[in-house]
Amino acid sequence: MIWYQALLGGVLIGSAAVMLMAGLGRVAGISGVARTMLTTRAGRGWRMAFLAGLICAGLSWELVHGGSRLGASSVSMPVLIVAGLLVGVGTALGGGCTSGHGVCGMARLSLRSLVATAVFMAFGFLTVYVLRHGFPGAVS
Amino acid sequence: MKPLIGFLAGLVFGLGLLVSGMTDPVRVLGFLDLAGAWDPSLAFVMLGAVATTALGYRLVLRRAHPLCDTDFHLPTAKGIDRRLLLGAALFGTGWGLAGYCPGPVIVSLAGLQGGLWVMFASMLAGWLLVDRLAPAS
Repeated sequence: MIWYQALLGGVLIGSAAVMLMAGLGRVAGISGVARTMLTTRAGRGWRMAFLAGLICAGLSWELVHGGSRLGASSVSMPVLIVAGLLVGVGTALGGGCTSGHGVCGMARLSLRSLVATAVFMAFGFLTVYVLRHGFPGAVS
Repeated sequence: MKPLIGFLAGLVFGLGLLVSGMTDPVRVLGFLDLAGAWDPSLAFVMLGAVATTALGYRLVLRRAHPLCDTDFHLPTAKGIDRRLLLGAALFGTGWGLAGYCPGPVIVSLAGLQGGLWVMFASMLAGWLLVDRLAPAS
């Protein structure tokens, strides 16, 4: 898989975000949509439908590419649990994730989203660095 | 009509995540590994998504209201606070640990892998925890 598939996927993601804004006037932030659906009764219909659409995309991908190993992770169970908690608590406190801040917010040139995206990217890079190469400056 | 638009947007969004490689945690971690065999291709996902959204929003937000609602619901929060910075830092750390952000987690539920479902449950727990203990003011 190479860069133009990444670019095409990005254009699809952007098109979905535009569709949601044009139709419902809503930001396509996945953590926000899912979180609000859990806690708020109003607007639950379209939010559930949006999440169902995401899962149906995964299902159709599995049907077309049999054995695509969708959802297979090389990371151990305890790490998945900690990662899930950090992603959940972090996106709830920060009010968004890669889609809400990284795509929709950046597209609106929102200062909050620019800062949030810079911070979560930096911590993503830092975490992988520490896991794979050790603490910066440490003698290995 | 609202659920139909929601479903179609979710479907296209999910296909975008799948086509782009964002649902493959090995590629995501390869993208985040600047000091290793860095795989920059996922930067093109961001580029394509942000450019398309920026262009589309410019056209759409010129209208008086969306197709199925009386107003556009744009985020109103302004300013950089500790909550935003702490949240983004925690989220980035979790993303770097497993290579999954929320969209790919939900799309990948379709693969019926136990570990991924556990991560989904723990992400839900994180959302509910903040909602109970530290709701947005």
